[in-house]
Amino acid sequence: MANLNVTFAGVPFKTPVVVASGTFGFGREYGEMFDLNQLGGICVKGLTLHPRLGNPPPRIAETPMGILNSVGLQNPGVDRFIKEEMPFLKTLNTNIIANISGNTVEEYAEMAEKLSDAGVDIIEVNISCPNVKAGGAAFGTSCDAAASVTRAVRRISRVPVMVKLTPNVTDIAEIARAVEDAGADALSLINTLLGMRIDITTRRPVLHNNTGGLSGPAVFPVAVRMVWQVRDAVKIPICGMGGIMTGEDAVEMMLAGADIVSVGTALFQDPLAAIRVTEGIARYLEKMNIENVTEISGKVLLN
Amino acid sequence: MPITTLATVQDTRMLTESVCKMVLFSPELARLAKPGQFVHIKCGGESLLRRPISICDVQEDTLTLVLERKGAGTQYLAERRAGDTLDLLGPLGNGFELPDGKLLLVGGGIGVPPLLYAAKRAKGADAVLGFKTKSAIILEEEFQSACGETAVVTDDGSYRLHGNVTVPLREMLHRGGYAGVLACGPRAMLRAVAEVCAAFKVPCQVSMEERMGCGVGACLVCVCETEKEGERAMSRVCKDGPVFRAEEVCW
Repeated sequence: MANLNVTFAGVPFKTPVVVASGTFGFGREYGEMFDLNQLGGICVKGLTLHPRLGNPPPRIAETPMGILNSVGLQNPGVDRFIKEEMPFLKTLNTNIIANISGNTVEEYAEMAEKLSDAGVDIIEVNISCPNVKAGGAAFGTSCDAAASVTRAVRRISRVPVMVKLTPNVTDIAEIARAVEDAGADALSLINTLLGMRIDITTRRPVLHNNTGGLSGPAVFPVAVRMVWQVRDAVKIPICGMGGIMTGEDAVEMMLAGADIVSVGTALFQDPLAAIRVTEGIARYLEKMNIENVTEISGKVLLN
Repeated sequence: MPITTLATVQDTRMLTESVCKMVLFSPELARLAKPGQFVHIKCGGESLLRRPISICDVQEDTLTLVLERKGAGTQYLAERRAGDTLDLLGPLGNGFELPDGKLLLVGGGIGVPPLLYAAKRAKGADAVLGFKTKSAIILEEEFQSACGETAVVTDDGSYRLHGNVTVPLREMLHRGGYAGVLACGPRAMLRAVAEVCAAFKVPCQVSMEERMGCGVGACLVCVCETEKEGERAMSRVCKDGPVFRAEEVCW
């Protein structure tokens, strides 16, 4: 049996497969369907300082091999998360990654302090949500803004800080470098690609919010390309995501440069997708006679 | 607790030009399913998302589903034939509460099917079924045998009563004797039914529909705005619903 252990930003992961923020709630629902301890980690639903109701429905539109979503960061707020969800999450033997979004740099820092105290394993700084007006991707599309959020969170957090990048930029490597220079311990990418669908009968956008974030296999090649570009630009570890459905997809993402991978949209089709991806990686390693999963990271052979 | 399972198609039949009835062999789901719950079915091709289909009826080892062919996903499902297998996730959602006493079931169009299983499990039920036109009528005989009285209305008057479901609904509630109303159908119909029930002070449960993602309550895509004890919330149709107390829905 191949060794799937990875140390990522100093945190031990028993497998390189985590579930992506926004697709897994706070774990309870999927916890009814499989043993969450089989996961490398859980990125919880995006948190904000204060509770948010999110956008009105419809919040989802289907597109060939993909979906557009515009949930708009519906969440109970960081305080209720810590009080009501952390006690359950702490009983699990898997890494808990708290995903945070702020309207201001100060809000990011305040959340990071509270969540460090609450005992999460990693803080994922979301500077890439396409579905909210303030904050979110506004911080992720400028090097200066991305760096200032990263610096503020890094200064206050007592756990590793992973910054989640948006693909909706001209040069993702430039943002990645700015975030690394500002002290990020890791990067995660890609968040969703901004998209739109229109109902031709009513002439109205399918999503109430007009636009939404595209995810699923439709974005996979874009995600692989961006992980590869970022791998080339920075030294810090990368959590690669975007349309991973199978173990083979995960291996491809790791060859491009990801140290660990995140499974999200695939869960909507197969609730056990993260487990099947993990099994698929193990099968690949055995077939290729590779002892440790860490050996494949960034090992694409370029033409 | 939901399960994923492969179910074999036993029989399929078109009830109207676009509505398909499908009987699936799945002893596990048949044992677990409650009226008002649904199954989330994997579709082939480029459809990434499953399709939520309400459970119309349950026999010993089978589930009956009635679905409308609308897009690529439901087209795929409607094309299945006896012997094919489908990947089902379910049973999902809270389902109807069935209070003691006679119930009045109000269904509109493709909202009619889930009320059939409720009719069979209730301690007595009458039904009001509304359709666009005569050719869209489904399950009339099934409701007639499961219910005491079944009123059918059509929007265009091409069959039975002309008008919408609130006309017979008012008459039947006026006569009285119902412990509650269960309704499923288009949002505008549900809202009208909720208003009539509030006027008659009869408890009303409505089964809501929304574009859905995961189906299990994790992705927060299929929400319905609700207010309970003064607290507004975006409730999850798939997990907190699909059945809500009508007075809690922010219409």
